Amino acid sequence: MAAMKEVELTLPASAEAIAALEPGMVVFLSGLVYTAREGVYDRVLKDGHAVDPELLAASNVNFHCSPAAAPDGDGDYRVGGVTATASFRFSRYMAEWLDLTGTKIVIGKGGMTQKDYREVFAPRGAVYLTTVGYGTGALLGRGVKGVRKVLWLEELGLAQAMWFFEVERFGPFIVDSDLQGNSLFSQQGDIVNRNIEKLYEGLKPPALQRYGETDDRKDELL
Amino acid sequence: MIAAAMIESAGYEIMKKAAIDIPEDYLAGIKESQKTETNTLSGYVIKTMIDNYEVATEDRRPMCADTGLPRYYVKVGDGAKFEGGFTGIERSLRSATARATHDVPLRPNRVHPLWRTEHNNNVGINAPEIEWSFEPDVDWIDVTTVHKGGLFGTDYRMLFPGDGIDGIKRFFLDTMIAFGKRGLCCQPAIVGIGIGGSKDTCMQLGKQAACLRSVGDRNPDDKIAELELELKELGNSIGMGPMGFVGSSMCVDCHIEVGYTHTGGMPVSVHTFCLSSRRATARIFNDGSIEYRTDPDWFTPYMRRETVEWPQ
Repeated sequence: MAAMKEVELTLPASAEAIAALEPGMVVFLSGLVYTAREGVYDRVLKDGHAVDPELLAASNVNFHCSPAAAPDGDGDYRVGGVTATASFRFSRYMAEWLDLTGTKIVIGKGGMTQKDYREVFAPRGAVYLTTVGYGTGALLGRGVKGVRKVLWLEELGLAQAMWFFEVERFGPFIVDSDLQGNSLFSQQGDIVNRNIEKLYEGLKPPALQRYGETDDRKDELL
Repeated sequence: MIAAAMIESAGYEIMKKAAIDIPEDYLAGIKESQKTETNTLSGYVIKTMIDNYEVATEDRRPMCADTGLPRYYVKVGDGAKFEGGFTGIERSLRSATARATHDVPLRPNRVHPLWRTEHNNNVGINAPEIEWSFEPDVDWIDVTTVHKGGLFGTDYRMLFPGDGIDGIKRFFLDTMIAFGKRGLCCQPAIVGIGIGGSKDTCMQLGKQAACLRSVGDRNPDDKIAELELELKELGNSIGMGPMGFVGSSMCVDCHIEVGYTHTGGMPVSVHTFCLSSRRATARIFNDGSIEYRTDPDWFTPYMRRETVEWPQ
C-alpha cells in the first residue's frame, strides 16, 4: 500500500504553509487550537459577544469539537478524549466567522460541500482538514498539552464552550480541501458512485416508494 | 443479597471499561477487514483507529470523545436478591453515570431536547435509558452499558411481505450508502437489523442486534444466519470503506433479530454500531462476586421466546 504524504504545521499557520496543502495529505499541528460550534457561533455572531483578539491572533484553527473534559478542582481542566463533530451543520456560519476571526484552518468530521470550499473557504485563504475515522479521541487527547483558556463554560456547558488548547503534534488529520476548492471527499465519492447502480441490478422495485424522498442514490445527505 | 452500592460501583466500572477498552471481538473483526483492505486511504484510517485503541487503553482515556448516549441493558435472574428493589437499581445506575462522566472524564452529551440545558453528567429526563429483561433459573444480575453515537446511521422502513429479501437488501443498501458517504455512520460498523414486531420493537430489536451481540455471533435460525453473512458481504461490496473513501471495509459484521409481526407488513430497521463500538457487561451474583466481560449475551433462548409454552 502506498504511503501517505505527511506534514507538520506550527500555528498560527502561515499562508504559504496552507497553500502547500493537498487533498489526501496527513497533517499534524503544534500551537494553539480553539473549539467552536453552534453555541459559540450563535453567541458571537448573533448575540454580539466578543472573543479576545489576542487569542484569535494566536490561533487560526477552528476545531468542530467538544472535548471529554472536566474541571480538576484547582482551576484547571483534565482533557480525556477529543473528537470532531459533523461539520456540514455549521456551513451557514462559516463565511461570517472566517471574516470575523481570520481563521484559516477548519477541522471537523466529514467535511463540507465543494460549493462551500469554492465560494467560502478558498476565497478567504482557508482550508478544511478532517479527523481520521472520526473516533480517534485518545490519539487527539494525547496531543492536547493544556488548556490556555475556556470561554463561556457556565453559559454554554462543557460540550459547547470555547476551549483554547495548547497542542503538540496534534493529529493525524487528512486534508480535505485546498485553496483551489478541490475536495478529497467529493473525489472519493465520485468514484464510489460509479459502482452504485450495479448493486441494485436484479433487485425488484419496492411495493411502496418512499413518499417525498429522493430515489437518486448519488445524492448526498448534506 | 446484592447491595445497592455494589450495583453502583459495577455500573461505574463498566462505564469506564466501555469508554476506554475496545471489545476484543470488534478488534479482531476490524483486523480481519484490515487484511483485505487494499485502498491506501481506507487502510490508513483503519491503521490509525487501531493505534487509537492502543493509546486509549495505555492512557486510560476514552477512545472517542463523543460519549454517544450512554445507556443500560439490565437482565435480572429470577433468583437474584437485591437491595432497594428495581427502582434502587435505576437509582444506582443514574448515580454511576454521573460519577463516571466526571471521573473518566466522559463528555456530558445529554441535553434537554428543546431548551438544550444540561446537568453536565449525562443524566436527565428519561436518561440514561434502562431496558429490562429477565432470565429464569439464575441468581445474578447482568448490567450492560452501551455508548453509541446518536446522529447518523439508523433508519426505519415499513416494507411489505411482497418486497421479500430483495426489499430488505434494497433498504440495507440505501441506508449503508446514504450514511456511509463521508463516513457519517463511522464505519466499518457492526450492522444490526430488526425485522418484524411493531414499529417500536422493530427499532429496538435492530438496535439490540447491533449493540448486544458480538462479532462472529450468528442467529440460531440457519437461514437468518445465512442472510446475516450475505448482507455483510453485500455491504462490503459497495466499494466504500471508512470515511466514505474508496474501499471494501463497510461491515465488520451483520446481526439480524426478528419478531412476529402484522400479517400485512414487514417492518425493517437498520442500525450501525461504529468504529468505537463501546459496550461492557458486569455480572453481579447474590454472593457479592462480580465478573466483567465484553459480550453482553443478551439474546438468550429465553430472551427470544422461541417457543409457545402450552400444548397446541
